[in-house]
Amino acid sequence: MPEQPFEPERAIAGTGMGGAMDLAASEAETLEQQSSAASGGRAPGGPEGTGPSGKPHSLWSDAWRDLRRNPVFIISALVILFLVVISLWPSLIASGNPLKCDLAKAQEGSQPGHPFGYDGQGCDVYTRTVYGTRTSVTVGVLATLGVAIFGSVLGGLAGFFGGVWDSILSRLTDIFFAIPVVLGGLVLLSVVTSNTVWPVIGFMVLLGWPQISRIARGSVITAKQNDYVQAARALGASNSRLLLRHITPNAVAPVIVVATIALGTYISLEATLSYLGVGLKPPTVSWGIDISAASQYIRNAPHMLLWPAGALASTVLAFIMLGDAVRDALDPKLR
Amino acid sequence: MGRYVIRRLLQMIPVFIGATLLIFLMVNVMGDPIAGLCGERQCDPATAAQLKREFGLDKPVWQQYLTYMGNVFTGDFGTAFTGQKVTELMSTAFPVTIRLTVVAIVFEVVIGITLGVLTGLKRGRPIDTTVLLLTLVVISVPTFVTGLLLQLLLGVEWGWIKPSVSPEATFSELIVPGLVLASVSLAYVTRLTRTSIAENRRSDYVRTAVAKGLPRHRVIIRHLLRNSLIPVVTFIGTDIGALMGGAIVTERIFNIHGVGYQLYQGIVRQNTQTVVGFVTVLVLVFLIANLLVDLLYAVLDPRIRYA
Repeated sequence: MPEQPFEPERAIAGTGMGGAMDLAASEAETLEQQSSAASGGRAPGGPEGTGPSGKPHSLWSDAWRDLRRNPVFIISALVILFLVVISLWPSLIASGNPLKCDLAKAQEGSQPGHPFGYDGQGCDVYTRTVYGTRTSVTVGVLATLGVAIFGSVLGGLAGFFGGVWDSILSRLTDIFFAIPVVLGGLVLLSVVTSNTVWPVIGFMVLLGWPQISRIARGSVITAKQNDYVQAARALGASNSRLLLRHITPNAVAPVIVVATIALGTYISLEATLSYLGVGLKPPTVSWGIDISAASQYIRNAPHMLLWPAGALASTVLAFIMLGDAVRDALDPKLR
Repeated sequence: MGRYVIRRLLQMIPVFIGATLLIFLMVNVMGDPIAGLCGERQCDPATAAQLKREFGLDKPVWQQYLTYMGNVFTGDFGTAFTGQKVTELMSTAFPVTIRLTVVAIVFEVVIGITLGVLTGLKRGRPIDTTVLLLTLVVISVPTFVTGLLLQLLLGVEWGWIKPSVSPEATFSELIVPGLVLASVSLAYVTRLTRTSIAENRRSDYVRTAVAKGLPRHRVIIRHLLRNSLIPVVTFIGTDIGALMGGAIVTERIFNIHGVGYQLYQGIVRQNTQTVVGFVTVLVLVFLIANLLVDLLYAVLDPRIRYA
């Protein structure tokens, strides 16, 4: 079985979400063995479960303690908090209407009250940038939730029960990995005429689940072999109890890490698809749409491109940094 | 070795069939291919029916798939609705994209691995932190934004390069587009090399090599780097397929007439033959690159043997 020892490396295979998740996957693979080893046979506490003195710390409480001291985590968490707040209540910092435009002012630069200037249709770039947050955050969060749930349930069950379904699922993920994501998006979304966010989210879940499922599968297989799982089985615990009480808490860390990093890449993917003209469609207010529209005027009015692009990049950066910090905290190897 | 390769080739078959079938189904969902033939107008029903018969589109999908695959294995990728052979389109498009991918991979290998070794050895120092932060920034900015900005700055403002690439697409014209295409992967290669180097630095064989009194550069290059490259090689190998498929965005920005351009045109014009043909080849490239990577492991790490 020459390829057997290299299964972990192969987990980074994938023409996936621009590689971001691929790498996260490979890093999480090393993590999963560590994390299950570190949390040992102990029942993991919640993030706040630091436990009384004398009682050993769980992986989660250790990670939480590390995170609170990590400036990268604090900064990215604050940025994300801010993004969530303005995507829920954009009118807090932008009083205008993103769809109210004045063609006479098209492409004009910064003015008092309109710090980012106007876009090609004479809409206020500042207002549109603020309102675009909601779309990006919604797509990112919902796509990640969908992928994480779908992927970890399928991958986890396959890893736990093994057998035929496991083989079928593994081959199925191979197939999905062989299809470049942007290409799949172009083909599938080019027929969609709906201008809601749902087709885009649906597409991301459809092509994103194999990534998480592979991580979850590996993670569950590692956790399954631990002594405490054997012990619980010997005591007559049912499969559902084993899965929910013993395996899931010890196998979920790599999934969380990969999902957090993936969230940033989904936001970026939405913008890329919108740039190619198949993602979201106006009148939805989205950074991707605005950047795509602005790219035609880039020589005369680069401000139209720079503001939404800057917002997009900072949002993705915040999520990737958060994922990075969480991974560092959960990976005892680096301690 | 031979038996291993044969087994891997056999394992590829279901993946190849699955991936091509998936894309075949997706393209079929894409809409009526005949509609693209009559231009902007609605097709006359009689003409549409005749065209469908002519192209075999009235048959069930699985039958179309079998016919198509049968043709592919005799080297016939069909004819685009413009009348051009798909293989003809490929012969002009693939060399361009391959050149672009080569430029991108050279950037990944040279810059990515160098930065990775540098930061891995200086872990925790200012240069490490700076490079790590830079890689995060590069990962966060979507490729199309990087591309548009570089095009604006280097092509329009400073006039260092031509903003769009000529149809010949020589290597020198593809340097900046290649860098754009490579940017995100380059950041990953850096981070991956860094992690790997930092991990292996404390290993026994490195200590032995140092104790033997080998010069520092020899320890780093022959012992440390070689053993740290396996995850990096895996990443780059699987990235080849992603780069060729992901070139859609880069090729669109710099107006490069490669695979991405043809695919984009094919999808926009609902030219199913072009799309399926190109994707089939891309899937093959991806699978073969993966196989080559696995074989390369044995070269990097002599402990790995393929029976």
